Amino acid sequence: MNGKQKAHIEFTLNGERAEVAFAPHKTLLEVLREDLSLTGTKHGCELGECGTCAVLLDGRSVLSCLVLGLDAEGRSVQTVEGLADAAGLHPLQETFADTGAAQCGYCTPGFLLVAKELLAHNDNPSREEIKEALSGNLCRCTGYIKIYEAVELAAARMRGEEMELPREAVYGLE
Amino acid sequence: MSEARQQSSIVGRPVPRKEGRAKVTGAARYVDDLTLPGMIYGATVRSTVARGRIKNITFGEGVPWDELTVVTARDIPGANAVALILLDQPYLASEFVNHPEEPIVLLAHPDKHLVERARRAVLVEIEPLPPVFTIEESAAKKEIVWGEDNTFKSYLVEKGNVDEVWSRDDVLIVEGEYRTGAQEQLYIETNGVVAVANADEGVTVWGSMQCPYYVHKALIKLFDLPEEKIRVIQTETGGGFGGKEEYPSMIAGHAALLAWKSGQPVKIIYDRAEDMAATTKRHPSLTRHRTAVTRDGKLAAQEIEFTVDGGAYATLSAVVLSRGTIHAAGPYYCPNVRINARAVATNAPPHGAFRGFGAPQSIFALERQMDKVARALDLSAEEFRRRNFIREGETTATEQIIREKVDMAGLLARAFELSGYEEKRGRFARENAGRGKVKRGIGFATFMHGAGFTGSGEVFLQSIVGCEASSDGRVHILAASTEIGQGTNTIFAQIAAEALKLDYDMVEVSRPDTASVPNSGPTVASRTCMIVGKLVESAALGLRQTLQGAGLLAEVYTADEWREACRRHTERHGALKSFSQYKAPPDVVWDDGKYRGDAYGAFAWAVYVAEVSVDLVTYDARVEDFVAVQEVGRVIHPVLAAGQIEGGVAQGVGYALYERVAWREGRMANSQMTNYIMPTALDVPPIRVHFEETPYPYGPAGAKGIGELPMDGPAPAILSAVEQATGVAFTHIPLMPEDLMKELGDARD
Ligand code: FES
Ligand code: FES
Repeated sequence: MNGKQKAHIEFTLNGERAEVAFAPHKTLLEVLREDLSLTGTKHGCELGECGTCAVLLDGRSVLSCLVLGLDAEGRSVQTVEGLADAAGLHPLQETFADTGAAQCGYCTPGFLLVAKELLAHNDNPSREEIKEALSGNLCRCTGYIKIYEAVELAAARMRGEEMELPREAVYGLE
Repeated sequence: MSEARQQSSIVGRPVPRKEGRAKVTGAARYVDDLTLPGMIYGATVRSTVARGRIKNITFGEGVPWDELTVVTARDIPGANAVALILLDQPYLASEFVNHPEEPIVLLAHPDKHLVERARRAVLVEIEPLPPVFTIEESAAKKEIVWGEDNTFKSYLVEKGNVDEVWSRDDVLIVEGEYRTGAQEQLYIETNGVVAVANADEGVTVWGSMQCPYYVHKALIKLFDLPEEKIRVIQTETGGGFGGKEEYPSMIAGHAALLAWKSGQPVKIIYDRAEDMAATTKRHPSLTRHRTAVTRDGKLAAQEIEFTVDGGAYATLSAVVLSRGTIHAAGPYYCPNVRINARAVATNAPPHGAFRGFGAPQSIFALERQMDKVARALDLSAEEFRRRNFIREGETTATEQIIREKVDMAGLLARAFELSGYEEKRGRFARENAGRGKVKRGIGFATFMHGAGFTGSGEVFLQSIVGCEASSDGRVHILAASTEIGQGTNTIFAQIAAEALKLDYDMVEVSRPDTASVPNSGPTVASRTCMIVGKLVESAALGLRQTLQGAGLLAEVYTADEWREACRRHTERHGALKSFSQYKAPPDVVWDDGKYRGDAYGAFAWAVYVAEVSVDLVTYDARVEDFVAVQEVGRVIHPVLAAGQIEGGVAQGVGYALYERVAWREGRMANSQMTNYIMPTALDVPPIRVHFEETPYPYGPAGAKGIGELPMDGPAPAILSAVEQATGVAFTHIPLMPEDLMKELGDARD
């Protein structure tokens, strides 16, 4: 904008090759939101305190407000926009929508990506393991309970199992 | 009740959340996701002192000032006052500042990093004046910092005559003093707006907010423009909890002033530190109780002095105080009550709305006092409550006759059963006598929460809701009530679909936009479901009446017949709309002068039980288990309702044990998420939520309010449990490890 040198990177974004040019001091969060118009990734502090900006970098969750855009060079980034595929929503997206895990929804993208990372390594996490994995993500609306239930339900569905949840936990149960 | 349940198909069912899919795919658009062509970024220069006179403003070196838009109070086209209850709070301080973080100068530039640098380069020279920081200093009029006597508002509630009771020889008198701290709402999305403003088109603002018409009213005054020249649109909102009730009027005005002067769209998004330090928080409070009880454990008199710290300007303190006052005597019957309530000024940023709105403060004090009185009587806390619970036909402190079916003893029994209260109470008492370093306790609170605006508030609001049927038969609800995560869109659609016997998917809720929706009042006070929901119901029924009156629709109809009727009606007469305006239910009478009468159309009733552990080595207090039993009328949506309770309880846990605002000269010194601690996934206990359902005849499909209730009970229940664990009856929140250490460490020496 003010004629300064721009950085230029190539990387994999949500499974596809991407290129972007941006001011070199920008965080990955800013590059995603401002230069790539992927506004699904949110921010609540830009200081590494709230977990809202989490994305996956080579499959591992990182706080995009603490990572420089330059650090994504040659790597693979996944954001909430890349969770669904042609076949439909990711099981976590379905269960977050089905269980009331997303109230205001602002923390949801960050939770989804951290939960995805957890399930990639552990297909049947205990409640304690889920709490531990998600403890870096803040949610002010839900009290977290419906978020745990959403992760448990998605894990069960991904294992091909049925799971019983209380009536007040899931939309659409009669 | 079961009959109603059978007839209905949509209310009471956990239908999918309307905007659920958008929220899990990243498609939902929050304010910072909007970008307009030519948009520039705004920032706010704020006062660094608590109170003083502005001497000079200098624009420091190293900033290309000619590239920046600079706005001061002199640039304001209309009135320099944020219109709310009073007009005492300026948009921009011009001569005096009355609190730290008070806005003085606005800046905007296309480069948001540069505007931040510029903000730091503005030096405001302020000659300090003596400030007031505590309720005691303000009440003692150490300095007069607001009005004649530092008092924003006071209320006196008198029932019977307490003075005749103190000298009776058949009563025991117990006194107590209780304090609650400020609390930050900490919605994860900070405050933000985008504004476009110019003389031709007027002012348009998009923002994260609860009350579009509050912003609308404020901008009319600020710009001195006719109402049709101001347009306010709510974007998807990342949580509010009261924190986006009045503050958006301020930030919207700031962005609009910058847009007006620069001729370009302006975005202002607060960073976390600014949002925490500068915007409103829950009012701190100080409550003194004097209670007289007969030897057989009946309340004979309650005298309550309830004071809240309103900060530097009036904002909503009068109404926060009102709700706190009315809830101060709780769900108990007492023949003689006096409540003296006052909101006082200090030189802190104005305190404001936060879920519960004064009630969590006064209920905390009352419930701690009830435990203390029970102890003095040598009765169990529950037995003392049972002897005093209010019953149908009895009167509250404001002499409101309870006409609903209320069964607090039943709720208590249910909560005890679900939590295993009695067994645990006995077991913990035995175990705590041992040498273990971790002590346990279980405690509870019993309380009520009024739904809707207090007293005549709803009558003054005159809320309106519209429904529009399009030619394809789809129904659009037109209301300014906002979806802020609590599920407004979903329950409104349920209520309308139920009323019209249509599919839930045929009903949509229009985005709150003052250009296209009527004023259904603010999204506050647990009123959205009960009050506005009822209007949705009658507006929806109005559509059907119109179609039936025109002979286009039979008494019983199918969805196709409905569509056909809408098509024919719109062909002939154009848009098919129906509006409904609030009418008070019969025999609701309120006397504002005497503060007497029917304070609320209905109350929700609840009993919460908390189990805690206290580590005597680390002084860490943790909530281990939580049971929330409540009666909120008919539950419209079980998942949303449980979500409201769970989220509210988590905030209550924070209020009780974690969330302490560190004040330094009126400024919040810990304005980060790492030093102001809200509960994380590791801190929230299992929460078991149970609803008893007693349909309320004047609520939509029998529903009452729910949103604020869960904020009231956790803190007193938790402190009651801590009392069992430690043997100390703590009287203030937040109860931090250092407080436990001070008290318990001393006791051990
Ligand atoms: S925005 Fe990155 S951790 Fe809060
Ligand atoms: S759903 Fe609102 S912050 Fe988590």
